[in-house]
Amino acid sequence: MDGLDSLKAKYLSALSGARDEAALEEVRLAALGKKGEISALMATLGKMEPEARRAAGAELNALRDEIDSALRAKKAALADAALDERLRNEWLDVTLPGRPRRSGTIHPVSQVMDELTAIFADMGFSVAEGPQVESDWYNFDALNIPPEHPARQEHDTFFMARAEGDSRPPHVLRTHTSPVQIRAMAANGAPIRVIAPGRVYRMDMDQTHAPMFHQVEGLAIDRDISMANLKWVLEEFCRAFFEVPEVELRFRASHFPFTEPSAEVDIRCSWEGGQLKIGQGESWLEILGSGMVHPKVLAAAGVDPTQWQGFAFGMGIDRIAMLKYGIPDLRAFFDSDLRWLRHYGFQALDLPDLPGGLSR
Amino acid sequence: MKFTLSWLKDHLDTSASLDTILTALTDLGLEVEDVVNPVGKLTHFTLARVLEAVQHPDADRLRVCKVETDEGIKQIVCGAPNARAGITVVLAKPGDYVPGIDVTLGVGKIRGVESQGMMCSERELMLSDEHNGIIELPSGTVGERFVDWLADNRPALTDPVIEIKITPNRPDALGVRGVARDLAARGLGVLKPLDVQPVPGGFASPIGVQIDRALKARGCPHFAGRVIRGVTNGPSPEWLQARLKAIGLRPISALVDITNFFTYDLNRPLHVFDAARVKGNLRIHPAQGGETFLALDGKTYVLRDGMMAISDDAGVESLAGIMGGEHAGCTEATTEVFLESAWWDPITVATTGRALKINSDARYRFERGVDPAFTLPGLELATQMVLDLCGGEASEVVQDGAPLDVAREYRLDPARVVSLVGMDIPAETQRATLQALGFTLRGDMATPPSWRPDVLGEADLVEEVARIASLTRLQGQPLKRAVPGVPRPILTPMQKREKAARRMIAGLGYNECVTYSFIDSQSAVLFGGGTDAVRIENPISSEMTHLRPDLLPGLLRAAARNQARGFADLALFEVGPVFFGGEPGEQTIQAAGLLVGQTGPRDPHGSRRPVDVFDVKADVEAVLSTLGAPARVQITRKVAAWFHPGRAGVIGLGPNAIATFGELHPRVLAAMDVKGPAMAFAVTLAAVPEPRAKTPTRPALVLADLQAVERDFAFVVDARVEALTAVNAAQGADKTLIESVRVFDQFAGEKAEAQMGPGRKSIALTVRLQPSEKTLTDAEIEAVSARIVEKVVKATGGTLRK
Repeated sequence: MDGLDSLKAKYLSALSGARDEAALEEVRLAALGKKGEISALMATLGKMEPEARRAAGAELNALRDEIDSALRAKKAALADAALDERLRNEWLDVTLPGRPRRSGTIHPVSQVMDELTAIFADMGFSVAEGPQVESDWYNFDALNIPPEHPARQEHDTFFMARAEGDSRPPHVLRTHTSPVQIRAMAANGAPIRVIAPGRVYRMDMDQTHAPMFHQVEGLAIDRDISMANLKWVLEEFCRAFFEVPEVELRFRASHFPFTEPSAEVDIRCSWEGGQLKIGQGESWLEILGSGMVHPKVLAAAGVDPTQWQGFAFGMGIDRIAMLKYGIPDLRAFFDSDLRWLRHYGFQALDLPDLPGGLSR
Repeated sequence: MKFTLSWLKDHLDTSASLDTILTALTDLGLEVEDVVNPVGKLTHFTLARVLEAVQHPDADRLRVCKVETDEGIKQIVCGAPNARAGITVVLAKPGDYVPGIDVTLGVGKIRGVESQGMMCSERELMLSDEHNGIIELPSGTVGERFVDWLADNRPALTDPVIEIKITPNRPDALGVRGVARDLAARGLGVLKPLDVQPVPGGFASPIGVQIDRALKARGCPHFAGRVIRGVTNGPSPEWLQARLKAIGLRPISALVDITNFFTYDLNRPLHVFDAARVKGNLRIHPAQGGETFLALDGKTYVLRDGMMAISDDAGVESLAGIMGGEHAGCTEATTEVFLESAWWDPITVATTGRALKINSDARYRFERGVDPAFTLPGLELATQMVLDLCGGEASEVVQDGAPLDVAREYRLDPARVVSLVGMDIPAETQRATLQALGFTLRGDMATPPSWRPDVLGEADLVEEVARIASLTRLQGQPLKRAVPGVPRPILTPMQKREKAARRMIAGLGYNECVTYSFIDSQSAVLFGGGTDAVRIENPISSEMTHLRPDLLPGLLRAAARNQARGFADLALFEVGPVFFGGEPGEQTIQAAGLLVGQTGPRDPHGSRRPVDVFDVKADVEAVLSTLGAPARVQITRKVAAWFHPGRAGVIGLGPNAIATFGELHPRVLAAMDVKGPAMAFAVTLAAVPEPRAKTPTRPALVLADLQAVERDFAFVVDARVEALTAVNAAQGADKTLIESVRVFDQFAGEKAEAQMGPGRKSIALTVRLQPSEKTLTDAEIEAVSARIVEKVVKATGGTLRK
C-alpha cells in the first residue's frame, strides 16, 4: 500500500511530540481508534483481492504494531517522568525523630536469676521455691540452729506478729534461702540437685545493707558427692557466670550450723584502678559460703544421712550482680529510680543462655 | 578476738613468720580481719657504725661522717649533736622511705658535700617523739635489719596485733591458747605446756559459797573461789598493761587487769569481789524478779524471775556470768578479795544478757561455752598471778558442785572423711590431727576435749580433720551429670510463666522494679491488706510494717519518687510475691504494670496523649496471651476499691478472676502522692489455667478456599450498653459461618447524642463470614445479616443505625 511510510512518520512524530497522557490518547485515537486512520485502512482490506490483501494486511499489521509499541513506550516514559516529577516534590525531613516507642527493661536481679538458672540447669539442677514467711522450724531448727544458738541472734530476724492466744513461736521472714533445702528434700527425697533463688530478709539497713536482698541456695545430694565436687561446681559456675576463661577459688574453713565441714569461698581477683577483674590478680574476694550438708539437716528433711551425702552453698544474688556488672550500691536495687533501671537494666530479649553467652 | 604475736608465742613455740601464721589462721577458719604491724614500715632499715665524724667545711652544726654499712663505707652528712665515731646507728639508704618525715631519700649534696644516706632518730622512724639526736644502739652488728634488732631487744615495739573473726562454734579460740593449739595442730610449732600448780591455802575461806538446788542441775553446776587477803591493788606491770592496750582494753588496776588477761589468754573469765564488802556467804540463785542491781557499767538493772544472781546477805552482788556489781567491785583501796571461777550455762547467760541488753566479754564467752574442766585450774593460775603482782595470802579453795561431765565419744571413720571431703588424708594423719587438737582416741572412738562443746557428732570430726588438713589444698573434681546426655528442662510451668510474663511486660516497654515485700500500713490498708496477720512484729521502719497485699502500692510509691525527681511519664512493672496471710505459703505471684502520665515525650507527629484504660487493657491481654490464657474471657466491673469504679474491669474465666486492669482511683493516687492519670493492670499468675495442649504438635491448619465476606453494621444503643454484649450477640447469630466479629468504631459523646438522642451512642461492628462448602449467595448473606441485626437488637435494646 502506498503512503504507509508517511503515515508511520506522521504518527511517530506526533507521538514523540506528545507532552502528556491526553495528547498521547489523541494520537492513539487518531491512528488506532475505531475511527482512526490505520483502522480505516484495515477496514479496506476486506474489499481487496486475496493476494493483495495478504501483502497489504502484513504491512498494515506491522505498522499498527510499531505504532502501538511506540505508544506504550511513550506512555511508560511519560509515567516515569511524571513519577520523577512527583518524587522531586515529595521530601520529608528524615532527621525528625521516629514515633516514640517505650523500651522496657529487666531488673538486674531477674537477669542474674535467669543466668544462674541457665548455668545450673546445664549441670542438672532444677529450681526449687519456698515460702518467704517461714516457720522458725524450717528457718532455724531444721537447719541445726536450735533456739539459743548464737547463730540465731546473728541473723537479725524479722518476726511476724502473733495473735494473742497463739502460743506457737512466731513465724519469721526467711533470713536465708536454706529452708528451701529442707522443703525440697522433704518433698523429693534423694538424690536431688536444686538451686533456690529468692528474696530473703534481715533487719539491717545501712550503706551496704538492705532489709531485703536475694540469695541463691544450691543443694546436691547423692551417694558419693564430696566437697571436691562442690569446689568443681562452684569453679564451673564462677567461670561461666563471670564469663572469664579461668577462675581460681580458695576454700577457707568456716562454720555454718547446717554444713560440716563448712567453707567460705574466695575468688581470685584484682582491683586495678577500682575496677574489679575476676580470675586474675593478687587479691581474694569472699563470694559465698558452702559446705557438706550436716547429717542432722539431712535427717530433719527425712533423708538418711548414712546413705546420702552432698553439698550446699548460698550466695548473694544482688552481690554477684554488683560484682559482675559494676553496680555500686545495694540499696539502689530497690529504689526503682528510672535512671538506674534504664542504666543497669537489660533488654527484654537479652535472654541469657549458654550457647550465646550469658551477657552481650 | 585480738592478740599480739608475742602473746601467741607465749603458748606456741614456733619459728614461723608472721605471714605464714596469718595465712594459716585464715585457712584454719580463724579468719584474719586485721593486722597492725607497728614496724611494718621499717623493714628496710639496717644497722651501721660511724667510723669517723668531722666538721662540715661550710656549716657549724653539720658533721661529715664515714659510716660502715653492709654495702661498704658511705659518706653521710648529719646534723645530730650525738653523731660521733664508734656509735651503732640506724641507716636509711637512698631510695628508702622514712615514715616520720614522709620522705623517700635520695643522694644529695648538703652544703656542697655529698650525703649517701641518713642516720635516723626515733621520731623519724615513728618509734617515739624523741628527736634530740640519732638513735644510738647499745648492741647490734653492721648490716643487721633494724626490725630484727628491735624484735630481740625491744619486742614490745614490734609486736604485731592480730584480729581474727571467731565463728560461734569456736569458744576455745576466744583464748590465745586455743588459737595456738590450732596452729600447732597445723604443724606451725609446738604448743607449750601449761603448768598449773595448785596454790596451797593458808587459811579457810571466810566466805562460803552455795549453789541453790534449782541451779545445780542446769545453770551453775560448779562454782569455786577463794579469798586472798593482804593484796595491794596498784597499777599492773608494764608488760600486762602493754598487752591489754594492744588489744584495745584500758588497764584499770592489777586485779581487774588480771581477770581481763585470763579472759583473753585462756578464755577463762573470772570475777573479783572486794571481800570486805561481801556480807556473809555467797549464794548462787535464780532471781525472784524485781531485785535491782547496780552493775559495774554504772547502770541499774531490774532482774527478772529466773535470772542467775550471786548474792550475799545484803543483796545481789553480781549478775552471774555477765557482769559484777558496783557495790563489791574492787578499788585501789581493796586489800582483801574473793576470786571467783565458775561455769555458767550458756543458754541461761544468753537469755539474761539479751533480756537486759548487756554485752560483756564474760557474757560473750559463757554463752558460747567455756571449758568446764578448767574452772579450778583457772582459779589456781589466777591466784598465783594475784599473789605475784599484788602480794597477799590465799585461803583454801571453796566450791560447790562439780565440773560438768561433758565426756562423750564419736567414731572416727577415716574412709568416710575421705569420701566426704574428696581429699586423700591418710588415717594416721587424721588420728594425729585429732590428738593435736586435744581429742582422746580409744580405738576408733574419739573423745572431744572439754573445751570443744561444738563437737557433737562424727561430722564434726570430719570437719576438724579437713580444716587442719587445709581446704585450700582441695582440688575440684567434676560432678557427674545425674542423667547422661542433653540436660532435661527443669523449670516448672509456674516458673516459665513468671519468666514469660516478665519478658513480655518489659517487651511492652515497662521498666522492671524490685520493691520491698513490706510496705507501710496506710498503703497496705488502701490495697486491701494491713491486717495483724501480715504485720511484722519488729519492723525496721514505719515504711515497712506490713507484708504487701498487692504490687501496686510499691509501684505507686516508686512512681511518686520518680515524679519527685522530675520523671512524669512512667511505665513500671514488677513480678513478685504478694501476701494474703501470715502463714507460710499464703503468698502468690503477681505481675503488675503501672502507666503514669503521657504515652511518651512530645514529638512532631503528635502521638503524645495521656495514657488511658485501653493502653493497659492491650498490655494485659498481651500478657495473658503469653501465659497461654484462652482468648475468650469475661470482663466484669466488680473491681477492687483502688480502681476507678467506672473505668476498670476484671478479666475472668468462669468464676475465677485472673487479672484486673483500669484507671486507678483518684483518692488512692492522692494518698500515694502520685500525679495522674495512672492506669494499672495486675495478673495473678497462678489463676491462669494451664494450656490444654500437652504435645508440641499443632492442630492441622485449615485454609478455606472460598472467598470470605465482610459486612459492617452500626447500631444505636444506650450509652451504657457494653460493646461486648453486641459482639457476643452477633457471634451467636451463626456459629459456623461467622468467623469473627470486631468492633471497629464507636460514636459517643455530645455530637453523637445530638444526632441520636440523649444517652445514646453508636457501635459499629464488622462481621467476617467464612463459607466452607460453597460461595455465599446474596440471599444467604442477607439472611445472615438479618439474623445478626435481630440478635444484636434483642441483646442490646438498640436499633440498626440507618
